[in-house]
Amino acid sequence: MLIEHAKIMKALAMAGEIVGRKKLQKMIYIAKKMNFPFYEKFGFHFYGPYSEELTLRIEELCNLGFLHEMKEKKGGYFQYRYTLTEAGEEFLSHYDIDMPHLEECMQDMNEKNSRFLELVSTILYFENLSKEEVKEKIVSLKSKQRYTEEEIEQAYAYIEQLRSKAKKHIHM
Amino acid sequence: MAYPGGQLSEEKVFKDPVHRYIHVRDKLIWDLIGTKEFQRLRRIKQLGTTYLTFHGAEHSRFNHSLGVYEIIRRIIDDVFVGREHWDHSERLLCLCAALLHDLGHGPFSHSFEKVFHLDHEDFTQAIILGDTEVNKVLRRMGDDFPKKVAEVIAKTYKNKLVVSLISSQIDADRMDYLLRDAYYTGVSYGNFDMERILRVMRPREDQVVIKRSGMHAVEDYIMSRYQMYWQVYFHPVTRSAEVILTKILHRAKKLHEDGYSFKTKPVHFYSLFQEKVNLEEYLRLDEAVILYYFQEWQNEADSILSDLCRRFVNRNLFKYVEFSPTNEQMKKLLELNALFKKAGIDPEYYLVVDSSSDLPYDFYRPGEEGERLPIYLLMPNGELRELSRESVIVDAISGKRRTDHKLYFPQDFIDDLSTKRATKKKIKEILEG
Repeated sequence: MLIEHAKIMKALAMAGEIVGRKKLQKMIYIAKKMNFPFYEKFGFHFYGPYSEELTLRIEELCNLGFLHEMKEKKGGYFQYRYTLTEAGEEFLSHYDIDMPHLEECMQDMNEKNSRFLELVSTILYFENLSKEEVKEKIVSLKSKQRYTEEEIEQAYAYIEQLRSKAKKHIHM
Repeated sequence: MAYPGGQLSEEKVFKDPVHRYIHVRDKLIWDLIGTKEFQRLRRIKQLGTTYLTFHGAEHSRFNHSLGVYEIIRRIIDDVFVGREHWDHSERLLCLCAALLHDLGHGPFSHSFEKVFHLDHEDFTQAIILGDTEVNKVLRRMGDDFPKKVAEVIAKTYKNKLVVSLISSQIDADRMDYLLRDAYYTGVSYGNFDMERILRVMRPREDQVVIKRSGMHAVEDYIMSRYQMYWQVYFHPVTRSAEVILTKILHRAKKLHEDGYSFKTKPVHFYSLFQEKVNLEEYLRLDEAVILYYFQEWQNEADSILSDLCRRFVNRNLFKYVEFSPTNEQMKKLLELNALFKKAGIDPEYYLVVDSSSDLPYDFYRPGEEGERLPIYLLMPNGELRELSRESVIVDAISGKRRTDHKLYFPQDFIDDLSTKRATKKKIKEILEG
């Protein structure tokens, strides 16, 4: 019961603090694409894969006092910082969720910036297309981000690196 | 690009209770409506289990799909044609995407997707791109036309204006389902002046915007959405039916995995249980098929499966209490879990927390960090202003608490615990808490 909520909390606890809603969305999406058992539905939005279900789940966890959301003004927009609260840790203690390789992946992703994770998640969203087609998609859908050829190559390399970290079986 | 046959020699019309008439002039659209994959949508209800709460809500995804098509047709043919930023060569692409946007929905989609980890949007893509009648019709426009239609629906098409017509905060999909769902459920709060909104829509490079003079009509639309979500879509009785439906699917899957011998074998479910459903198998599913199994499974030897099916078929639903899963409440839930087991009621199937994030959800919030594109008003001086900055009403409901949790249980089972009075008393104390 509420296992999907608990999994999100576990992922956040593993990452420590996540700065930015966009970053949080992309990290969970990428983890899902690495075959970790997250079942929130994602569709393609303006910054790449996005899940309204995940947004609402985070909001529920904040309302319950399990996650702390700190809103700070940054330039022309608001930025949000997420951490697990003590009540959240207690809630999580009701569950036995064992996803050891997720921790490495979450921490690794957390060190990247949201611009890069947006690119990585977009590539993963179009993973059924050829590399050339993916590049065309990035140019046509992400024209404002002006990703360079080098960044795209780095993102592909990063996906492989993350896959090798996540490749062992996940036990729940 | 021209479709063989072009326009029909005589316009076809469908009588529709929401839009009065749905007009079809293009042979391409007429041929798509006639495909077996599109006709299948007649056998899938738009609102799933809502008919168990609002008995009028028996309308299908077929009605809604035609409605979305008609709204887009009116926007393009009556408002956008000849305006700057609008490329009229995209007309048929838009109409096809509007008509086919829900093509991959299955029976009781929401519960099925949750239990079997499916995504109807993947099946929409598969039907449009696969070996289907729909694909054959679309390909008469050109080999890459199905791919373009699929991209518009997946929101990955390069022309963002076209995408925003089908999918944005104020799109044809939402406008049709609000009006249609309000009509069929019989509620009065889903209505708004769609004709007015259509008249004030203007194409821009990347999206549709609304003339400032139409702001009040948009406010009405936003309020309708807000009301419909809380009063119809999140209705606790509908959620009770969804909970039971979900548990039936879980139970059937568990029994299959345990090697249980069904009297009525779940032939249509085998690939679902394995989470390896191909397109052909998926298209064989509709509500008639699923309800046949539920009807038959009332007579299964497994008491949980038969009871859950009886509850669904006869609308003997679970009762509910408000439940906020704080740590204190979670302790009570664990206690209830133990008491249910002691009473011989399996809590796995009969004690269920349902959260608002478990529901199909979608109401207005401005795009924090820009993730969702907000509604923009076109001011008389040509500037664009975000709606909630201009509208006091929209600002008032933006960012408000919108989460809700309920605990569902079979009241009749608890009432019947006459030989376990102490357990019954404790359960009631906690639930009535």
